[in-house]
Amino acid sequence: MVSCPECEAQVMVPSPVHTHDILECDECRMELEVLSVSPMVLGLAPEVEEDWGE
Amino acid sequence: MITEGSVAVVASRVRGEERRIFEALQRRGVEYVHLDSRTLWTFCDTTQTRWPAVLNREIGYERAVTVARTLEAFGAAVINSAAATEICGDKWRTTLALCKAGLPVPRTALACTPDAAQTALDAIGYPAVIKPLTGSWGRLVTLVRDRQMAETVLEYVAAMPAPQSRLVYVQEMIGHGGRDIRAIVVNGEVLGTIYRRSEGWRTNLARGAIAEYCPLTPELNKLASSAAAAVKADIAGVDLIEDDDGRILVLEVNHGVEFAGFQYAMRDRVDVANEIVDCLLERLVHGVER
Repeated sequence: MVSCPECEAQVMVPSPVHTHDILECDECRMELEVLSVSPMVLGLAPEVEEDWGE
Repeated sequence: MITEGSVAVVASRVRGEERRIFEALQRRGVEYVHLDSRTLWTFCDTTQTRWPAVLNREIGYERAVTVARTLEAFGAAVINSAAATEICGDKWRTTLALCKAGLPVPRTALACTPDAAQTALDAIGYPAVIKPLTGSWGRLVTLVRDRQMAETVLEYVAAMPAPQSRLVYVQEMIGHGGRDIRAIVVNGEVLGTIYRRSEGWRTNLARGAIAEYCPLTPELNKLASSAAAAVKADIAGVDLIEDDDGRILVLEVNHGVEFAGFQYAMRDRVDVANEIVDCLLERLVHGVER
């Protein structure tokens, strides 16, 4: 478990987890990006940009 | 010999698809480098690439094209190529390529201003659809039911700040009965087809549509493989739609195909990530000239 950088709720981290994986906080529903695995650091995932897509 | 760092995967966002590709590379014993495009920079006089084969999974269109163009300039074989990415990322260029290849597409027009778009819409008839040239997931795609609604939507288009946003792509509305078809093509081979069913008029899985297995017919096979070839894409998600007369039309081709829903609907009929890795390794062996 690690704290959500937005609301400080505890976020369950799946195993295995990799750098840049996207997680979601169950409390505030923010998308979070795994910035580092060891130590575990979460940041807010980038917002969707206009030219994102398939 | 596949050495450490021979293969790179460019991605700024690791979705389920990228994770499956990484796992497929690991299963094959391929040492790969994940390049986060948000951290990339280079000098202009670089003469040699560190990665002979690159899979471009960058989610942002502008960054995807720039990274592909740059790595190709340094000698890398990039999948999809910059040329294919440029075509697929622009709906109008895609439509032109499909038309040039003689493929059936909905009646479509590009207008250089919102005023001209009104004339084009009147010529196409209502209902019609206005789409942004770039973007995905059905975002900002607008169903225009009549002329009055068109005037209102085009007023908003005219107020958009970016000049590109004021180029208006308009298309006849195809009555599709709540479903379209997605094919995935890798290295010229159609891996399969799925239906995307929706209660709304947009059938993007990103908007909640349901993915269901669709048997691959010879007609779908030919249309999908021809569409991928028309835009020069090694890896392509081809969207097809069946009109009220049963005619199948090609809607668009996606260069950075998302395949989680496709894989779910196809079950164990195909392993998309594995096929993508096969394609990448083939390019590693054969290089840019294939």
